[in-house]
Amino acid sequence: MGKAKRSGARRQVHKAPAGAFGGPAKANPNPFEVKVNRQKFQILGRKTRHDVGLPGVSRARAIRKRTQTLLKEYKERNKSNVFMDKRIGEYNSNISPEEKMMKRFALEQQRHHEKKNIYNLNEDEELTHYGQSLADIEKHNDIVDSDSDTEERGTLSAELTASHFGGGIHNTSQKEGEDGDKPKSRKELIEELIAKSKQEKRERQAQREDALELTEKLDQDWKEIQTLLSRKSQKSENKEKKEKPQPDAYDMMVRELGFEMKAQPSSRMKTEEELAKEEQERLKKLEAERLRRMLGKDEDENKKKPKHISADDLNDGFILDKDDRRLLSYKDGKMNIENVQEQQSKEAGGQESDQKEDEEEGEDESREDTEESDGSDSHSDLESNTESEEENEKPKKEQHQTPGGQLPSNGQKAPKAAGAELPYVFAAPESYEELRSLLSGRSTEEQLLVVERIQKCNHPSLAVGNKAKLEKLFGFLLQYIGDLATDSTPDFKTIDKLTVQLYNLCQMFPESASESIIFVLRDAMHEMEEMIETKGRALFPGLDVLIYLKITGLLFPTSDFWHPVVTPALMCMSQMLTKCPVLSLQDVIKGLFVCCLFLEYVSLSQRFIPELLNFLLGILYIATPNSKSQGSALVHPFRALGKNSELLVVSDKADVTTWQKGSLSLHWASRLSTVTATKANHIRLSCLASCLTLLKHCVLMYNGLPSFHAIFQPHQTLLTEHLVNCSLPQDLQDLSGSILSEMESQKQHCRPLICEKSKPVPLKLFTPRLVKVLEFGRKQGSTKEEQERKRLIHKHKREFKGAVREIRKDNQFLARMQLSEIMERDAERKRKVKQLFNSLATQEGEWKALKKKKFKK
Amino acid sequence: MDPLPASAGSRGELGRLLQAVLTSRGQANAVFDILAVLQSEDPEDIQEGVRTCSRLFGTLLEREELFVGSLPREDTVLAGSQEATQKYKVWMRHRYHSCCNRLEELLSHPSFQVKELALKTLMKFVQLEGGKPLEKPQWESHYLFPRTLFRSVVGGLLIPEDDQSLLISQFCEYLEYDDIRYHTMQVATSTVARATSQQPEVSLTFWNNAFMLLSAVSLPLQERDLTNFYVQHAETSDKWKVIHLKEHRKAFQEMWLGFLKHKLPLSLYKKVLVTMHDSILPHLAQPTLMIDFLTSACDVGGAISLLALNGLFSLVHKHNLEYPDFYQKLYGLLDPSIFHVKYRARFFHLADLFLSSSHLPAYLVAAFAKRLARLALTAPPEALLMVLPFICNLLRRHPACRVMVHRPQGPELSADPYDPLEKDPARSQALESCLWELQTLQQHYHPEVSRAASVINQVLSDPEVSIASLLELTAYEIFERDLKKKTAGSVPLEFIPAKGLLGRQDDLCAQFFTLS
Repeated sequence: MGKAKRSGARRQVHKAPAGAFGGPAKANPNPFEVKVNRQKFQILGRKTRHDVGLPGVSRARAIRKRTQTLLKEYKERNKSNVFMDKRIGEYNSNISPEEKMMKRFALEQQRHHEKKNIYNLNEDEELTHYGQSLADIEKHNDIVDSDSDTEERGTLSAELTASHFGGGIHNTSQKEGEDGDKPKSRKELIEELIAKSKQEKRERQAQREDALELTEKLDQDWKEIQTLLSRKSQKSENKEKKEKPQPDAYDMMVRELGFEMKAQPSSRMKTEEELAKEEQERLKKLEAERLRRMLGKDEDENKKKPKHISADDLNDGFILDKDDRRLLSYKDGKMNIENVQEQQSKEAGGQESDQKEDEEEGEDESREDTEESDGSDSHSDLESNTESEEENEKPKKEQHQTPGGQLPSNGQKAPKAAGAELPYVFAAPESYEELRSLLSGRSTEEQLLVVERIQKCNHPSLAVGNKAKLEKLFGFLLQYIGDLATDSTPDFKTIDKLTVQLYNLCQMFPESASESIIFVLRDAMHEMEEMIETKGRALFPGLDVLIYLKITGLLFPTSDFWHPVVTPALMCMSQMLTKCPVLSLQDVIKGLFVCCLFLEYVSLSQRFIPELLNFLLGILYIATPNSKSQGSALVHPFRALGKNSELLVVSDKADVTTWQKGSLSLHWASRLSTVTATKANHIRLSCLASCLTLLKHCVLMYNGLPSFHAIFQPHQTLLTEHLVNCSLPQDLQDLSGSILSEMESQKQHCRPLICEKSKPVPLKLFTPRLVKVLEFGRKQGSTKEEQERKRLIHKHKREFKGAVREIRKDNQFLARMQLSEIMERDAERKRKVKQLFNSLATQEGEWKALKKKKFKK
Repeated sequence: MDPLPASAGSRGELGRLLQAVLTSRGQANAVFDILAVLQSEDPEDIQEGVRTCSRLFGTLLEREELFVGSLPREDTVLAGSQEATQKYKVWMRHRYHSCCNRLEELLSHPSFQVKELALKTLMKFVQLEGGKPLEKPQWESHYLFPRTLFRSVVGGLLIPEDDQSLLISQFCEYLEYDDIRYHTMQVATSTVARATSQQPEVSLTFWNNAFMLLSAVSLPLQERDLTNFYVQHAETSDKWKVIHLKEHRKAFQEMWLGFLKHKLPLSLYKKVLVTMHDSILPHLAQPTLMIDFLTSACDVGGAISLLALNGLFSLVHKHNLEYPDFYQKLYGLLDPSIFHVKYRARFFHLADLFLSSSHLPAYLVAAFAKRLARLALTAPPEALLMVLPFICNLLRRHPACRVMVHRPQGPELSADPYDPLEKDPARSQALESCLWELQTLQQHYHPEVSRAASVINQVLSDPEVSIASLLELTAYEIFERDLKKKTAGSVPLEFIPAKGLLGRQDDLCAQFFTLS
């Protein structure tokens, strides 16, 4: 606390002597008192603050200050009461003695005048309203209404601000000036101000009113003259007239014609070769993109540039991602487009659809009409034309994409009769139940037609909400397919056909399609996970999940390094192969189907799947009698021993001979309860056959892997044991023999691993770092915050040092004072002692003298 | 004395009887009627009876109206020429005994409410009897606890016939008290010993009950005076055994050793081993006594030896046990099933711990890395995501093993020198081999696995990757994580149009499957 006081005092001292002693110091520069700090080198641009000093003066100043503050404190250290002088202006030298007397007198008077009685109303008291004396208001009697206040726009006059918000130098000087004559009281001043500002306001208002009046008059005059000028210039009319004249019909026509599209020269018709070449190039490009994604190298680069969106884009999700403007082409001297139209009409289900389209077009036209009547823009009909064209062309596009291949049977054979019964227009189903009621009970062809018509009727270009409707349709269709698959007699034929529709929808709405696929996959995974958590293992999911997985593979590129839908689907399949124990022949078939899918997924990318090989090993294992296959390294979910460890072993040797090689039916995966023993044995053999073929695929696919032999070693041992077991049909034995030879022929290359060389870390260099010098005398090369920090640290250090010095000096001063006090006291004591001695000596002397006198006498 | 109605089932009737017994000693014979209710068939009646008994004997115990001291035979006393009060007390004590016996029988009653009520009543008697002991103290501040009664309670819990797990969990709340815990441990030891000595084959339910009770006992870890008593004492003495944690530990150790020396069923083995390291070993007075049990468990093989490792490790680590074939045994445990068992996370956590020492020989670490890499060829992605960083961590810890991923001037070999069938890691020649398996796994179908395996292509970074978060990873979590990842652009689509469910002719599915 003392320190703070002192430092405050110090600051005072800086100013005070400048006023008091600055003058004499300058006036009398005693050369012996001046101390000069000589500099060794002159540096340009450096400001030196301490080159000349007056140590004597400043020391004297410091001592004086201390005697005024510290010494006082020291002397009063044991005193608790304080003497305060409350006389007005006793120490203020600015006030003249007369004024002092006046003030004292006024105070005295005021004390006398204090109100004695609160009921005494007659005392000279002023009544006020909002701080103004009522009497004054009566005098002015021109109250400006509150509305006029707004005209001031918040700016206050300089005088007002000056009087309200403090007195700067200017103010004081003014005051001093005014002090000469009669000083106005504050209240008076403010009143004056208010009056002044009000007057100003009134003046301004009057001025404006005048101006307004003048303008009006001018306008009036101009209108009179205007009639004379009206036919002269169109421009001036446009400018001046408030309401536009009705546009001329002719003008409109001219302008419309100007905006209308002119016939543009189209590019020349392409020959068939060119078309094929273009198609090939397109495919090549797509393939290259696929490869790039497969390698997953440039995931950052993967970000596609935003597609160009034409100004006409309705933003309805209908994307022309390929350049499918149809080019006219000839085939056998006939225009190709006709073919296409024929084809399309066939696909759509015969004449009926044509008619329907006519209807649609009719609708379109009517719509156009309404639009035209709106007159909003003349592009509408152009646009709708292109749209309908696109509609027509979509199926053609498909045809384009499969050169040489015919669409399998996309409703081509739809019987006319069936089509005739169906209504042409379908509302898009809002719920799954609606779709089901639409589709159930119809034949496959009819169902297809219905779905197709729903799509047609709700094409996104036709209405605003159609996009969402079709997006929903995808989800419903998926659910419908799932229902079909879980049925007791799965309708694979319909599913087969519906996948094409799904593909088309998916191409239109990739985002929502992927979302709905993810939804069903998540459902399946969740179900499995729940089962695993409760029982520790799961059952193979139903056929619907398998179908979903298959559809996923059809809709999305499975070779990508990472794909938002395919990668989770792979996880799902992996989970199935590792967590679901094989309990029955159905499980075997399902498992093999999943294996098949797995292999198909990676057929292009050639990736490694441990689960698949484990599963195939397990299948091989359950196809061998336990006594022979002991000791092979089995992996979960298969068990070396147990009731299912011989599931695929053929029970009757006779069935082996009657077995014919054939493919597995998916129907078996859903229900396989009522089969004869022979049939079951045949299915077993078929399963084994497909397992072996799959294994062969794997062997061929993975022969490039470095640890090929480590991977296939268990399969190899099992197969060699298997071969010994001669109860297999010849086909299978041949197959396993070929697998074995394939495995053995694979040379093992064990090239030692080498890390890629990493870039050597560069050595630290000692070349000086160049920094821009922005300001001399400051520490450079750091940010603004750092500089500020450094500055503050420096300042703190300096202040700290200064404070320490001050305290030290204070202590020295105090010690000096104490010493002088002690000295004084000692001197006093000495003096007193001397005095005593003196008096004693004189006494003694007197006494002796007396004695001598006596003695003399 | 009034002749009482035989069917005293209703509550009012019982209340009246209770009043009669408690108010005048002349009507003491009504006790027989109350006790008769305990024999009833109806669980409601029994509960009512138990409550009445609880009230009756509770009051009598508090009033000290039961005979104190070693109990003489009933008929001799009644025939003898003692005071009437004395006779009454002896007689009443006999009724009390028969009531307790019946309650013990009720502990195995089919109805859980009855069981629970009987247990509560018995524990109330234990508390009251402990407060006003029924035996004379032999010396000043002699610690008295109703052992006989308590033994019958614990005996009722540990029965070979029924599954008492619910009742035992009810009993657990009493185990909070230090004296109850101490005596439970003592009584359980003797009960288990008696049960196993009486018959050679002990049923599974008995073991389960016993394990349930034993595992419920947990001792405090810090040394302090155990004074949280169920039976309130006016003053405690330092001489009592029950006060010292050391004694508790001794009892605890005796109890477990007595339990574990028998041949336990396999499932119980696992349960014991799971809790061994954190709830049994730290509380034993001499943990080294567990060595025999753990080493024999370690030799069983499979999941059991895997679990035994944990306890064994803490013995090696904290109690200076020498176990020479430890690492060889651990090496032997590595087989393909390791990635599929329930204790996967625990095992790899431990393996990480065991192999964390930097003083292990390089050949050993190399053998482990190579074996794990070999096994990774059959592992599902969730395990791969954990084991690949694990292997890399091994290589990071032991720079001498880095030759397995970086051998610049090595000759090209015709076969992998590593011998997967060799049981001794020292002779497996892993250090001469390379981790080609990781190179294979770079082709894995899951992008993250592929990325994790590609780490070895570069020089391994110095800081280890923490695998703690990866230990519990499941396929479902990976699946969810994959779904949550968002792509920047749109979803890439297949450009080859679909033609049907099975695809084109040359597709695999179309080759093997038909829709008909």
